[in-house]
Amino acid sequence: MEILVCLKRVPDTSENEIELNDAGNDIDRDDLVYSINEWDNYAVEEALQIVAKFGGNVTVVTVGTEDDEEILRREMAMGANHGVMISDDAFSGSDGKGIATILKAFVAKARYDLILTGVQAEDGGAQIGGMLAALLDYPFASLVNSIEVLDGKKLKISREIEGGNREMNEIDLPCVLSIQTGINEPRYVGMRGIRQVASVPIPTFGAAELGVDPGAVGEVATKVKRVDYFVPDLGKGAEMLGGSREENIEKVLELVAAKGGLK
Amino acid sequence: MPRIYVYILHKDGAVADSAAELAAAARRIDAVQPPTAILTGWGANLDTACNALRTSYGEVWKVANEALAYPNAELVRKALVSVLPADCILLAAHEHFGIDLAPGLSIKTNSAFVSDVVAINGVDGSHLNVVRQEFGGQMSAHVRCDISSGAVVTVRPGAFKSQECAPGTGLVIDKSAQVGTLTAGRRFLETVVAEMGDVDITKYSVLVSVGRGIQKPENVAIAQELADAMGAAVSCSRPVVDAKWMEKPRQVGSSGKTVKPKVYLACGISGAFQHLAGLKGNPFIVAINKNPKAPIFQVADVGVVDDILEFLPEMTRKVREMRSVSAK
Repeated sequence: MEILVCLKRVPDTSENEIELNDAGNDIDRDDLVYSINEWDNYAVEEALQIVAKFGGNVTVVTVGTEDDEEILRREMAMGANHGVMISDDAFSGSDGKGIATILKAFVAKARYDLILTGVQAEDGGAQIGGMLAALLDYPFASLVNSIEVLDGKKLKISREIEGGNREMNEIDLPCVLSIQTGINEPRYVGMRGIRQVASVPIPTFGAAELGVDPGAVGEVATKVKRVDYFVPDLGKGAEMLGGSREENIEKVLELVAAKGGLK
Repeated sequence: MPRIYVYILHKDGAVADSAAELAAAARRIDAVQPPTAILTGWGANLDTACNALRTSYGEVWKVANEALAYPNAELVRKALVSVLPADCILLAAHEHFGIDLAPGLSIKTNSAFVSDVVAINGVDGSHLNVVRQEFGGQMSAHVRCDISSGAVVTVRPGAFKSQECAPGTGLVIDKSAQVGTLTAGRRFLETVVAEMGDVDITKYSVLVSVGRGIQKPENVAIAQELADAMGAAVSCSRPVVDAKWMEKPRQVGSSGKTVKPKVYLACGISGAFQHLAGLKGNPFIVAINKNPKAPIFQVADVGVVDDILEFLPEMTRKVREMRSVSAK
């Protein structure tokens, strides 16, 4: 099975505190640690497990700039057979539809049985997979948390729905699935693995090679635009305890007992 | 101002809780026009659901088709493309069905798409101004959306308060004839109900709940010891289940269990909205987290900035001490 996994490089929320910059119009990107979007990493692991059982290749692709190459290499170190960079000045500032349009042009040049994305990105809108499927007229399923290959033509998948319940579906290939975290246990990638793929060539495609109309993507075609970031005000806020650890514990227990939490 | 439509899910004749919230969201786009509800389905349940909305929506559009008896997003999308006028705004709830339906619908209707909206600041000219959250709720963003060729907008459940609005005209309009034969590349098989697990966390009045901050599976024992001392159960947030450190039935959240404890100790939990969505009944929330900026501190009653791996064992000792004193 030929599988394409679409990746995004995002600020790593487990490594960074996301803060506003001084101008207040963006997050502070100085010294920010970036990584592969968590959902996408699960998607790559799922693709690798399918290919290990049924044969084929896993290709990872991202739309970005040279900074984004590190996530392609990371996923190649995990075992992806090919990495593809899609990059062009004309692509900068694309909204979700723009990115899906660019990916569609790439998919049209090759043949993939299965296309995976993450359900969402840390800074995204849970949109690329569904848009790409609609542009390709492929079937789509979101929030996928298990995949079983039935034969060369269809899959049995489950979707995560409310309350931890699972919606079972049959879906025809080729199709697009958005992968939920927890579907598998992504394998560990060490520095050694990354060094081993450091010199593997990664082809780059631009608007001309893909036959993308520069007027249909990028800043000029964008309909949805983030104006700025701000720190959300969610509620009144907790009463913060500022004593020693021992004092804080005593206070917590006193309050918990008053609420009937210690019987 | 474009016409506003709201896609509403229903089950066994009852409309989804989001129906009233979506009506409120529609009023935030246009305070004047009564929004139109669209329901798809088949049989008597569809009629019951349509009738239930007659008082809160200006009009109710009914699309009856045997293929739509179960809401398959691909089929619903095709039905909506057949009935929706050009350049309109369509709202849907940002839950598993909306996530399935909305992005593809925006492509097929050639309209803008903005997802998981938590606030709407009205329309200026041809732009809709909304607020979204990113980075697990740590940051909000103002987003401008060009609606000159329509828009598909998904709305976060619980973000809009359902409100009294002027009674609708009570008109149910049957649009079924506009929809032809429907087929899809994806077919619903069955719903598999979540397992109960060894401990039913919904039965406990006190929960010691752990998040990513517990760091490794061996550390879950630290929380279990405190829970044992307090007569509580250990629950957890999604990342702990994703990492396979605890079983799915222990998860609190929109994709896990809904719990109604009296006291909730959120230990190393950042407080993403999906987690908080599973916490009902206004419990007393104590948050312990190393990160002073964790969103959980905005919704908790009491907060402590500390390392749970050191805080929890000391708290356990203290509880045991109190127990042995009161036992004497």
